[in-house]
Amino acid sequence: MTYTVGIDIGSTTLKCVVLDENGDILYKSYERHFSRVRSMTLEKLREIHPLLGEDPVRLAITGSAGLGVAEKSGLSFVQEVFATSGAARRWYPETDAVIELGGEDAKIIFLSGTPEERMNSSCAGGTGSFIDQMAALLAVDLNTLDTLSLQHTCIYPIASRCGVFAKTDIQPLINQGARKEDLAASIFQAVVDQTIAGLAQGRPITGHVLFLGGPLAFLQGLRERFIETLRLDKRHAHFPDLAPYFVALGAAVYAESLSPRPFANIEAALEAAAASSERPQGLEPLFRDEAEYEAFLRRHRSADVPAGEIEAYTGNVYIGIDAGSTTTKLAVIDEDERLLYSHYCRNEGSPLDVVLRELRGLYDRFGDRVTVGGSAATGYGEELMLGAFGVDVGVVETVAHYTAARHFCPDVSFILDIGGQDMKCFYIRDGAIDSVLLNEACSSGCGSFLETFAGSMGKRIDEFARLGLFAQNPVDLGTRCTVFMNSSVKQAQKEGAPIEDISAGLSMSVVKNALYKVIRVHSPEELGECVVVQGGTFLNDSVLRAFERELGRDVVRPQIAGLMGAYGAALLAKERSGGVSHLIGREELRDFRHESRPVTCSGCTNRCHLTVNTFPGGRRFISGNKCERPVSGERSTDLPNLYRFKRNLIAALPQAEARRGTIGIPLVLNMVENLPFWNTFFGELGFKVLVSEPSTQRLYASGQATIPSDTVCFPAKLVHGHIQNLLDHGATAIFYPCMTYNFDEGMSDNHFNCPVVAYYPEVIRGNLPLPPDVRFFYPYISLDDCAVFCRRILETLHELDPDIRPREVRAAAEKAYAALEEHRAAIRAEGKRAIRYAREKGLRTIILAGRPYHADPLINHGIDNLIASLGFVILSEDALEPLPEYHKLGVLNQWTYHARMYNAARTCFTLPDTELVQLVSFGCGIDAITTDELRELLRSGGKLYTQIKIDEINNLGAVKIRLRSLLAAMEDRERTEEIQ
Amino acid sequence: MNTQRRPVLEPEYGPAHVEFTPEMKKTHTILVPMMLPIHFEMLCEIFRQQGYKVELLRTTHRGIVDEGLKNVHNDTCYPALLVIGQLMDALKSGKYDLHHTALLITQTGGGCRASNYLSLLRKALHNAGMGYIPVVSLNFSGLEKNSGFLVSTPTLVKAAFALTYGDMLMWLSNQCRPYEKNPGETQRVVDRWTQELTNQCRSPRFLFVEKNFRRILRDFSAIQLVEKPHVRVGIVGEIYMKYAALGNNALEDFLVSQGAEPVVSGVSDFVLYCLRNGVFDHRLYGLNPAAGFVWNVAGGYLLARQKQMIRAIRENGRFRPPALFTTLETLVEGVIGTGAKMGEGWLLTSEMLELLHSGVDNIVCTQPFGCLPNHIVAKGMIRKIREAHPQANIVAVDYDPGATRINQENRIKLMLATAFQRAGVSPEPAAPQHVPAPAAEESHSISSQPVGAAV
Repeated sequence: MTYTVGIDIGSTTLKCVVLDENGDILYKSYERHFSRVRSMTLEKLREIHPLLGEDPVRLAITGSAGLGVAEKSGLSFVQEVFATSGAARRWYPETDAVIELGGEDAKIIFLSGTPEERMNSSCAGGTGSFIDQMAALLAVDLNTLDTLSLQHTCIYPIASRCGVFAKTDIQPLINQGARKEDLAASIFQAVVDQTIAGLAQGRPITGHVLFLGGPLAFLQGLRERFIETLRLDKRHAHFPDLAPYFVALGAAVYAESLSPRPFANIEAALEAAAASSERPQGLEPLFRDEAEYEAFLRRHRSADVPAGEIEAYTGNVYIGIDAGSTTTKLAVIDEDERLLYSHYCRNEGSPLDVVLRELRGLYDRFGDRVTVGGSAATGYGEELMLGAFGVDVGVVETVAHYTAARHFCPDVSFILDIGGQDMKCFYIRDGAIDSVLLNEACSSGCGSFLETFAGSMGKRIDEFARLGLFAQNPVDLGTRCTVFMNSSVKQAQKEGAPIEDISAGLSMSVVKNALYKVIRVHSPEELGECVVVQGGTFLNDSVLRAFERELGRDVVRPQIAGLMGAYGAALLAKERSGGVSHLIGREELRDFRHESRPVTCSGCTNRCHLTVNTFPGGRRFISGNKCERPVSGERSTDLPNLYRFKRNLIAALPQAEARRGTIGIPLVLNMVENLPFWNTFFGELGFKVLVSEPSTQRLYASGQATIPSDTVCFPAKLVHGHIQNLLDHGATAIFYPCMTYNFDEGMSDNHFNCPVVAYYPEVIRGNLPLPPDVRFFYPYISLDDCAVFCRRILETLHELDPDIRPREVRAAAEKAYAALEEHRAAIRAEGKRAIRYAREKGLRTIILAGRPYHADPLINHGIDNLIASLGFVILSEDALEPLPEYHKLGVLNQWTYHARMYNAARTCFTLPDTELVQLVSFGCGIDAITTDELRELLRSGGKLYTQIKIDEINNLGAVKIRLRSLLAAMEDRERTEEIQ
Repeated sequence: MNTQRRPVLEPEYGPAHVEFTPEMKKTHTILVPMMLPIHFEMLCEIFRQQGYKVELLRTTHRGIVDEGLKNVHNDTCYPALLVIGQLMDALKSGKYDLHHTALLITQTGGGCRASNYLSLLRKALHNAGMGYIPVVSLNFSGLEKNSGFLVSTPTLVKAAFALTYGDMLMWLSNQCRPYEKNPGETQRVVDRWTQELTNQCRSPRFLFVEKNFRRILRDFSAIQLVEKPHVRVGIVGEIYMKYAALGNNALEDFLVSQGAEPVVSGVSDFVLYCLRNGVFDHRLYGLNPAAGFVWNVAGGYLLARQKQMIRAIRENGRFRPPALFTTLETLVEGVIGTGAKMGEGWLLTSEMLELLHSGVDNIVCTQPFGCLPNHIVAKGMIRKIREAHPQANIVAVDYDPGATRINQENRIKLMLATAFQRAGVSPEPAAPQHVPAPAAEESHSISSQPVGAAV
């Protein structure tokens, strides 16, 4: 009797299957391995020994963690996707496609037609561990999440590219009080969208679909979303009972082709592998011994605040609430700024309930001795707190944190706050906040990451952190987003690293991530004399130690590190309130009730998903809005806004008659700025120009499936939707040229377009299936030289109509150049008007520096409206005249659009009350160069630098923090200047 | 439009430009970052002959990545991070007298951000307090000149030979290494010839290519090979990721260890591609009127060397010859425009096509994470290529400082699984490491096809 064994060792579990001679399943098991990969494999083998008898065995290993075991032991390995397809063909031969979601991988296998196997790229989590993290975020277990999702009434759009991104979308929804049922379903939908958009990439998933992997086996809600989205019926959607064992089955099927080996032989190989613990040199231990740790603790214990007792106190108190993304913090101080009470707890999905409970408790303890003199709220949930409880003052987080830090260290020069979901840091220069840096969605390996990770290893976070303190050989993990860290851990596990070393390694990763990815520090001196670290994550001694170690110097960690936002808010409540608080009273609290419902705003084309909260006393709080319209019923102010101006200008372009036919032009990337040119050019030649409609989420979704590279910038991804839109409107000729060069405006070293702008038409041609009757023109041309342009374009024009004469082309081109010049002049004239307007009215101005296509409201998510609602006049980089001189830069200035930003920065020097905010597209490699240079340039001119990264995510929360911090810094500066 | 020239001023902040002066030729050692060990060794020798003190960096440790992370914006592409990391790491190693050290870095001058490596390196030096170290830009687009670093015509001529020799050694060794009977034999031939050619640089013998080619071919033919099925895997990609073992985690070695034969085309193609783009720029946009002349002279010269190499390989008859550059240009017709010239541009697409045309269906396409041109010319073209060549078995792999080897290798293994299955062989068992050799476990006969997984 020769049995066949397949072992699948994934990132978290070990699956084992034994087949008998007829290929029937004799045994199967599914267990978590808690990173004990090699020893567990050996134990499993010994466990099934009685079953196998003494005959030789065929055995193959598969799975991401199995690779290492196979390498060490010399046993046969089969790639897991390959194994899966083998098993599918054996047990479900009618299958057309397999969708498999694992702990960290997502895979699609097409079996019919041209067979193809695809795995998610390394930047696309959104799988099992993503769902785990989301469940933790909502403070429910997986079963509850699943049950909840089945009762949803609406689905919120959640960025589906990568798990971390989705998290950034969900967090504000939670804080805004969206229903958990809807959130649960939205989370599953995000996973579905990602699988389809990211993996299928335009190849339709039809016929019999086999769904595999843990999440799809256990989660009904996820299944439902898949079935609905793929429009499958019961007969075609298969959820086999064998799903969890499928990959192991595949390994067994593969093993059938191997020659049998004596059991003892295999056992010996695994024993040797389990015994060898050869690992690459790790990092230095965090602490050498207990004594060193003690000294460290002593030093940090000194940074503390005096405490008092509520029960022993009579008089005014000030309450600070920090409604953070995952936790809610509350601090109560007395007139002497002593801390009377504090509370730190997880939101459990509802910060409102937490604060409600706390306030009720506080009032009970206050009795008649204590009155509330003032209250302030900060954090993501700031506005919700203001709306719900009538908190007196809303404070931007950065200001709250600075206020608290100053209390411990009056000369503080740099503050780093690592919370559950986000990381903030900022410099203090001359007593004002300067350069706020927030972690971008892609680097949020923060507190909750550590926590979720600890959980997946079966440990509580404090326990997990303690293990790391004395780890002997901490593993060196990556410094990127969580998805990357997960696979780095996988690698370490594969090499046999114990949990202690992983714990310490993770702490170091979080720190390196902060230092090199967010702050990008070159030397500790840059951070100044006094560095204060705070946020819940720094209560973790491993992280604190790793930070000091990496920085090579001591820092201040207040004992109330997790409470700093709330404490700062309390201090500000004391400073700013006039002694009378409007905080909700004891009586009103008793029967406090609130309701929230989802609404789609119909105020404009943005179609924001709003959450409307209603509170006692008729107070309402609306969230999810991108402008003030649904809140106040008004349009955002009528202050000059160049972005709005540019949109209106494009919308008002005249249309010619279709003498020679119609030509479709997508309103994307460089075509946005050049539209007046093409419109006139084709119009003059007798073509009606059909322009794609303004971007909407739906338009984007219609082209999403054909995007070949999921890491390209959002404006480029949007092109697919615009072309689809043209096709939907019956365009039979589409013109979208490749343009290596842009205009030479005399203020750069060269005048390129970026590679994506230059050649995206090639991607469209290669990936978007066009109907046979549609002609797509994408000639390589440049507009920089009229004569060359006329000669080159003629070729394309003759394909449209062979009768077009060169003379006609020349005339049309001259008019087109004039139209474009007129268009650009109009923008610059409006720029001048805006500057004048700001001067006359004494208004602050922001130069929102991006690219011309950033005016698209779907790309910028209405950021210009948000800025306008804060009372700023808005200029754009292309509205500013080129300066009379061209200053070279520290970098090669070779892209026309980017050159305008540098020009804008220099112009900014000369304008009072004006700051520059740079819009950066996520994934724009060129901005990796421009951001650092712009920052340096602005600093050299005494200006602040603010950067906003934009992507598919439509969460303006982080943007608002930046802008409000900028506003606070501008106000501070003005105050200082007045004093001087 | 606004094309009038404005007065140009130097920036008043940031690193100053430190000139590499003629005097420094004698006093300074120029450090060169590694990409292609065989080629660069010869090129460095050629520069030494011109009187420069040159040292090629051969470091590979993890500290390079850490230096890169510390000194370069982390969203900048991985090659920049590694190249600058390697140079900074060398400067900080204590091995060099910093006041008598200069650095060399290439600048392509295209619309890709790679042209900014030089600026990023200067910034890194400035921030590390080593702003006095001169950086030499090696470019042929007139971006930046140094009075003390001039490339003479004889040097250029010799460089053309060095590139062809390097390409040939790389090309032939990949056809021997996976099949060699005595492990290490191929590398010994490569090393011997690299040494020999480096020595020859000083003598006119270096220019007798035909003789050298014949001798090289004779030596490679003498390597004893074992009979086993050929599973060829092409490597294409962003130039640094394609060639540099430091960047792609020694991809060639990995493929060989898995029992596959790497197919890696030469770097002459890239140089020819750069020269050729000047001609297209003229054709499409009326720019660069001298490009045609440059192409005819320089391109023609290099192309002639390539032809000689191909002819020699054909005459020898034992090895497959590489494709001539001009073939690549015709292959992309109708797939991508030759106007796509940023980064590796159309060349990358055509390399994939050439592989498919010459029967190499399996391809690893390497790129730095977030590489802009590769969104277009690599990932953006795969679908189109598959339509015309359904057998194409392509895997795109991203490299960055955070990505782990296991992730990359797992994806490559998936591609390999299909490749081996099509070739009708089961892949080799993972080479046992430090384990008592297991008894003959698998037969590698063609009949042992995996069951139930026929593609």
